Amino acid sequence: MTSLTDQLLVLCLLLNFAVVGTSRLGFSVRAVAAQGVILGVLPALVHPFTLHLAAIVVGIIAVKGVAIPLFIGKAIRKAEIQREFEPFIGYIPSLVLGAIFTALAFVFAEKLPLAPEHEGLLFVPASIATLMCGFLILMGRRKAISQVIGYLLLENGIFVFGLLLAEAMPAMVEAGALLDLLVGIFVMGIVINHISREFSSLDTSRLSALRED
Amino acid sequence: MLWAFVILPLLGAALAWGIPDNRKRTFVLPLFAVLHLVFSLYLVAETPPASPHGWFLLDALGKLNLLCNAVLFTVCAFYAVGYLNYRRKRNNRTLCTALLICLSAMTLVAISQHLGMLWIALEATTLTMAPLIYFNRNARSIEATWKYLLICSVGIAIALLGLFFLAYSTIVAKQEISLLLSALVRDAARLHAGWRHAAFIFLLVGFGSKMGLAPLHTWKPDAYGEAPGLVGALLAGGLVNCALLSLLRVYQVAAASTEGPLFREVLLGMGLLSMAFAAVFMARQSDFKRMLAYSSVEHVGIIAVALGLGRGALFGALLHMVNNALTKGVLFLSCGNIHRAYNSKSTQVVRGALRRTPWSGALFLAAFLAITGSPPFAPFVSEFSIVSSAFLQGSPWTGGIFLLFLAIIFIGMALTVIPVVLGEIPEDIAKTPYRDTIHTVLPPLVLMAAILVLGLWLPDPLQELIRQAAGLLGGER
Repeated sequence: MTSLTDQLLVLCLLLNFAVVGTSRLGFSVRAVAAQGVILGVLPALVHPFTLHLAAIVVGIIAVKGVAIPLFIGKAIRKAEIQREFEPFIGYIPSLVLGAIFTALAFVFAEKLPLAPEHEGLLFVPASIATLMCGFLILMGRRKAISQVIGYLLLENGIFVFGLLLAEAMPAMVEAGALLDLLVGIFVMGIVINHISREFSSLDTSRLSALRED
Repeated sequence: MLWAFVILPLLGAALAWGIPDNRKRTFVLPLFAVLHLVFSLYLVAETPPASPHGWFLLDALGKLNLLCNAVLFTVCAFYAVGYLNYRRKRNNRTLCTALLICLSAMTLVAISQHLGMLWIALEATTLTMAPLIYFNRNARSIEATWKYLLICSVGIAIALLGLFFLAYSTIVAKQEISLLLSALVRDAARLHAGWRHAAFIFLLVGFGSKMGLAPLHTWKPDAYGEAPGLVGALLAGGLVNCALLSLLRVYQVAAASTEGPLFREVLLGMGLLSMAFAAVFMARQSDFKRMLAYSSVEHVGIIAVALGLGRGALFGALLHMVNNALTKGVLFLSCGNIHRAYNSKSTQVVRGALRRTPWSGALFLAAFLAITGSPPFAPFVSEFSIVSSAFLQGSPWTGGIFLLFLAIIFIGMALTVIPVVLGEIPEDIAKTPYRDTIHTVLPPLVLMAAILVLGLWLPDPLQELIRQAAGLLGGER
């Protein structure tokens, strides 16, 4: 089981690079969704089967793998944009930075001791690397939708870590966190719609009327 | 019992959503606000028993937070009726519903003893405020909403990671895993040091960005500047206090562990930095609502400094939490009135408010004096208590810098406020329908009276409550 878990986590890391290195928004959304599905499957591999666990698996896949990609996909279609345009940080530099962050994540994770049952798994480095890639996209892209994708990547990174605790977290807290995420993305989707109507573009660098001189 | 308390405002929200008439709907707000306030007062007096698993409990800190939010919300709810009357063309269904959901979430923050639950409630307050900031539906407000939503969501997500780290430190230390506050405080010293350390940093950054501590405050001027006055009041009084309460929960755990001194030092540094940012940006503001945002940055800074000093300053910190929330209420509501009367927020246009809107102008001036720490208003008492405690504890440098910043900020704020209130009204000014009426003046006036009374006389029960709360933070009882 351990090797399968690690393989899935490596796939997670590869999906980060796919998102970081592409300008196609639809592709990014699908990659993040795929990551969400992996996140849903993982707890089933690490923890023994219980009803609580089954609920978590279904919940994560439904929210991260299905509902959120649908919301964002809809927002993309409504705003009629397919690509990120002239990002602040180019795709090649982004990829290089992503690789550096991933390497650093492995170094940092070495320093943090794990509980014996999680020894030798890639959870912590995968979590930190995904989080950092999320930050990279949040800061490096112009389009509001790209920023939402960055936020989702960051959330996925946090969830990867949360999987270690999946057993211990009360179901209500899990459900609440997922619900908050879902509503958050929903609200962001609505705001994106308004941005595209107001500015007839989703370029957040145009959101600069409120700058401090 | 406690559950009913969280559900009550949600019922109000459902009712507000269901009422089709734009005018009648607004009356749901004061109705449920008063019900909630009465319920709060009852629960503060008669402490209800904890829920079965100990997830929900109203302790002294929670009570203080709850009282503050309930009073502020009630005032804002009455004000909302008058305010929305001026804006009848704008559909207020989302506003009324989201306000009541936010009240429910704020209540949940106050009673949560499970840090996971606390996090969910705090995130819910963030999300419900987003549509409120966008009430004016123009390009500037959408920009503010986007910044607010993104920065706060990311901040809160980081706090979640901090919570996960904290939970994991219990696993590594082979304790029973739990995010219950009582268990964490009890075992704080035995948690794994590395994970605990990382957890505190992430939690401080996460909740700090929600509170608007510098350098994580960048969303604040935009959101406060573009939101309607009553939403600004709730952001600066209610939401800031909710984020602060979350930070205080972490503070409780930190104080019980060996990391207390480090955690306090970081808070002290961030607090002074916030005051410095406020001092620099306050002076040259051409938008008086944005100026209030920097005042908010200043005051979370003051509270952070007091928390950083610890011990005797904790009483002042908690008292200041109450005073700041109430005074911000008056500032934002009177500011909202002046904004309506001039249809502008620019200090170029808005001059001589004392003659155009005498009541709002006077309230704005009084609240400015109060918030900058002039006697006899309540913030003077709390700020004085913090400064004197700084000197008593043998940190004269902190006390000195603190006083210096207060002086600079006073001058900076006065340079903006005095012309707005007392200057000459420009001649070519547009006519607006707004004039001060009892509906929009009485709520902030009541709040201002409370600030004056609290400055002259602190009732014994409140004093006792603050002492108990400071005791929870490891202060002198």
